[in-house]
Amino acid sequence: MAYHSFLLEPISCHAWNKDRTQIALCPNNHEVHIYKKAGTSWAKIHELKEHGGQVTGIDWASESNRIVTCGTDRNAYVWTLKGDAWKPTLVILRINRAARCVKWSPKENKFAVGSGSRLISVCYFEQENDWWVCKHIKKPIRSTILCLDWHPNNVLLAAGSCDFKCRIFSAYIKEVEEKPAPTSWGSKMPFGEVMFESSGTAGWVHGVSFSDSGNRVAWASHDSTLAVAEGGKAAVIASLSSATLPLVCVTFITENSIVAAGHDCYPVLFVYDAGKGTITFGGKLDVPKQSAQKGLTARERFQNLDKTASETKEAALESLHKNSISQISVLEGGKVKCAKFCTTGMDGGMAIWDVKTIESAMKDLKIQ
Amino acid sequence: MSKNTVSDRFRKVDVDEYDENKFVDEEDGGENQLGPDEAEVDSLIRQGNLMGALQAVLKNPPINTKNQNVKDRAEGLVLKVLSSFKSSDIEKAVQSLDKTSVDLLMKYIYKGFEHPSENSSAVLLQWHERALSAGGVGCIVRVLTARKTV
Repeated sequence: MAYHSFLLEPISCHAWNKDRTQIALCPNNHEVHIYKKAGTSWAKIHELKEHGGQVTGIDWASESNRIVTCGTDRNAYVWTLKGDAWKPTLVILRINRAARCVKWSPKENKFAVGSGSRLISVCYFEQENDWWVCKHIKKPIRSTILCLDWHPNNVLLAAGSCDFKCRIFSAYIKEVEEKPAPTSWGSKMPFGEVMFESSGTAGWVHGVSFSDSGNRVAWASHDSTLAVAEGGKAAVIASLSSATLPLVCVTFITENSIVAAGHDCYPVLFVYDAGKGTITFGGKLDVPKQSAQKGLTARERFQNLDKTASETKEAALESLHKNSISQISVLEGGKVKCAKFCTTGMDGGMAIWDVKTIESAMKDLKIQ
Repeated sequence: MSKNTVSDRFRKVDVDEYDENKFVDEEDGGENQLGPDEAEVDSLIRQGNLMGALQAVLKNPPINTKNQNVKDRAEGLVLKVLSSFKSSDIEKAVQSLDKTSVDLLMKYIYKGFEHPSENSSAVLLQWHERALSAGGVGCIVRVLTARKTV
């Protein structure tokens, strides 16, 4: 587990480039900083200053090497690398509240922005006008969209919202793509069609993730639950109420295993059993090194009793991250057989987790 | 030009009420929910079967009903059952409950905190400690985020 502390401020959002040598992150202000890996440390190579408000979402398209950012200034910019500098192109989203999250589609010909205006803007590039144009998905969204994830077929989009629902919409844009083949979520997919709407969990949906095949979607909700739905004739929903603080970000690492992290500051594994339709808690993935217990002198004991009313001083959190984890991203292996994933959080640090190392460190952990 | 500068009642209009996209909670048809059966619970307490009384009082929670009386009656009943337990038995009782029942128990405990009577808070705090160790912090988060409470 490698941990690097970038800043003292929280990292609002991050995105990696294709070969994972560069990371773009927002240091809780109006800018985006790009760091390049130099040996074991990171050097800042670019500062992207264009947003007028905090940058809430960054996504880096691997193949076309473009970065899209969105912020509380109700704008989104598409950045392209020209020579040695990143040049922004404004995208008019036509929203009147802050943008909250942004994701490139798998084919990178469109991107979706979730906002506080209770709608999703799906943007695509119009060749004739040389301009990014957007279409809105409004119904039946009733509150802010907090998180988005694309289905591998480039058309379906899962969105988690503050109206306590996770929905799958069709974001089919006829100008840029062919009609999609039927999927397990349905066969008719006109733009804006709701293919699936969740029920049964209360709480804002903080994080959503499609599995690699696109047949399953998992979402983490503010009432400390994690739910998985499987597409099919009757969409089956399985949910697990956890005994921890709410989870904020979630991703599939194999078709059956989900890693999620949140306000408890450590990533957690969940295993979905399709046959039984259940989710089980797989284990805490942060194995802290056992620090040597120093013997307490009588003086220290009384000092602690005086200061904190307990004999031992529980100083710091034992987990790698010292504050809530806000975003998780897959680095290697894709969502079907993830080998490495990365988490960033409110403590300004980024941790890279190696799945094989975790598996060997925790004896009865099985990632299938 | 004359403007009516006298009346400013329009400033008190709540525009959000007229928004056609306003969020409305799902109606779940709670008219028939009567809460736990008082007679059954009372008889179980009199028999001394406190574990049974606890299971019975956690059945049929008046979650969806809008009738405040039903909710108050249920809360009073739960408090009666919780107070009749000996402190040493609380742990075993909580262990016998399943996950959803622990969540429901925590909801009743917090509801009881809202309207304290002379001894209720002390009893409820003991139950709270046990329920917390069984349900974890997530259980309390679910009480805080639930749209429909007992």
